[in-house]
Amino acid sequence: MLSRVKIVNVSKNFDGVIALKDVSLEVKNGDVFFIIGSSGSGKSTLLRCINRLENVSSGEIWIEDILVTGSKANIRQIREETGMVFQSFNLFPHLNVIDNITLALRLVKKINPKEASESARTLLKRVGLLDKEKSYPEQLSGGQQQRVAIARALAMNPKVILFDEPTSALDPEMTKEVLDVMLDLANEGMTMIVVSHEMGFAKAAATTVVYMDEGEVIEIGTPDEIFNNPKKERTIRFLKNVLRA
Amino acid sequence: MVKINNNKTKLQVTDGVLIPARDDSSIFSAWRIVFYGALTAMILLIIISPQPYRDILFFISDGIIRTFQVTLSSILFALIIGLLVGLGRISRNILIDRICTVYVEIIRGIPLLVQIFYIYYALAKFIKLSDIVSAVIAFAICYGAYISEIFRAGIQSIPKGQMEAALALGLTRRQAVFRIILPQTVKVVLPPIGNEFIALLKDSSLVSVVAVSDIMRRGREFTSLRYEFFETYTMIAIIYLIMTLFFSRLVAIMEERLRTDVKPS
Repeated sequence: MLSRVKIVNVSKNFDGVIALKDVSLEVKNGDVFFIIGSSGSGKSTLLRCINRLENVSSGEIWIEDILVTGSKANIRQIREETGMVFQSFNLFPHLNVIDNITLALRLVKKINPKEASESARTLLKRVGLLDKEKSYPEQLSGGQQQRVAIARALAMNPKVILFDEPTSALDPEMTKEVLDVMLDLANEGMTMIVVSHEMGFAKAAATTVVYMDEGEVIEIGTPDEIFNNPKKERTIRFLKNVLRA
Repeated sequence: MVKINNNKTKLQVTDGVLIPARDDSSIFSAWRIVFYGALTAMILLIIISPQPYRDILFFISDGIIRTFQVTLSSILFALIIGLLVGLGRISRNILIDRICTVYVEIIRGIPLLVQIFYIYYALAKFIKLSDIVSAVIAFAICYGAYISEIFRAGIQSIPKGQMEAALALGLTRRQAVFRIILPQTVKVVLPPIGNEFIALLKDSSLVSVVAVSDIMRRGREFTSLRYEFFETYTMIAIIYLIMTLFFSRLVAIMEERLRTDVKPS
């Protein structure tokens, strides 16, 4: 069976700085990959290469049978197959909640407005914000905005959702409501790649934990292997620092 | 206008007329003093001394219409040029970007009066344009350059994440620009564009030198008949003042509307 996302020997340089170094990962259908590492370790860059917000310098990324990194790749198709949730939510401030969710359905998937609104409402119900459909982003709390952003990503029915530090901009009391939504998604079998510092979520929902440092994958394993039984020196040091903090 | 708050000094200098601030609602705000003062002065002058003030107003009234024609058609074309050039300046195509930047640099370095003369007199060697058409072209080209800077700055003020989120959802760059970036830009650019409109209204008096019968030209024609320079130019100053202050208030109201459009209670 095809892997949902397959990353093969990917490297990336930014103006001479190495951001990614020979990264290979294989994400299967229903996997929840959880990527940890200090800032600047290339975690976010890796996510952004998967939906071509960044281009790789060498190597290949596949989403099932689509070659993401090819020069002739259909970038729009890639982006339809991937959802992305950003640290700063990036909801569209001039559109209300329902329009934020339906915009791409109407423009990209060409679904008629009525059907689009219906599926948007189903998603809003799923993230517990059905009563906010007419609200504008700035009227919502950070946690609510991020839940709308998740609904917006889900609306496109992607094969994988990329979470780029989805709770880093949130107050602690709002983190939980977002993580709960993500946990539900994981339990429903959504394929997810999550860059985050929420180790609790990793323990509860991740199928695989990846530790990255300086653009390299240092260690990869189940949450139990990485958190309770790390093998590599660098992983041990990182986890010690994180857990002490 | 200097506003000081939270130990942060913010210098806000407007080169146009006074756009009333939202919190400045006192009866004796500068705007009210000048606007109603000018209106009262005009009415009093006409009532107390209809000769020559009423005559002047009647004489130049068609000039007021002409001034508006020139200003409105110029701003319309300037907005189109400004938007296209502004988009060109954020284009990923270096050639387009460079062409647009060169245009802006050339236009901003040449006085407007020279540009008007250039299009009306100098280009007459190749193409004969009517006075009003060449005036509108000159204004549109000149103000288009300034307005393109406003659009460019406005577009660049929208956080990068907006474009990324739109692209990540599968929108094309074009869709992202027109559906996500520009609608947010409008709110940001409207006040400075309002200022440009008012500046253009004032600069339109320059067309009097190429025989367009605007307010200023009609005033000069009146003085050549009656030699009442003081009265004529007083009247003209008051008319311009009333018009510019009226529009500055309109811009302020529009700005307010846009703000509440985004934030319905």
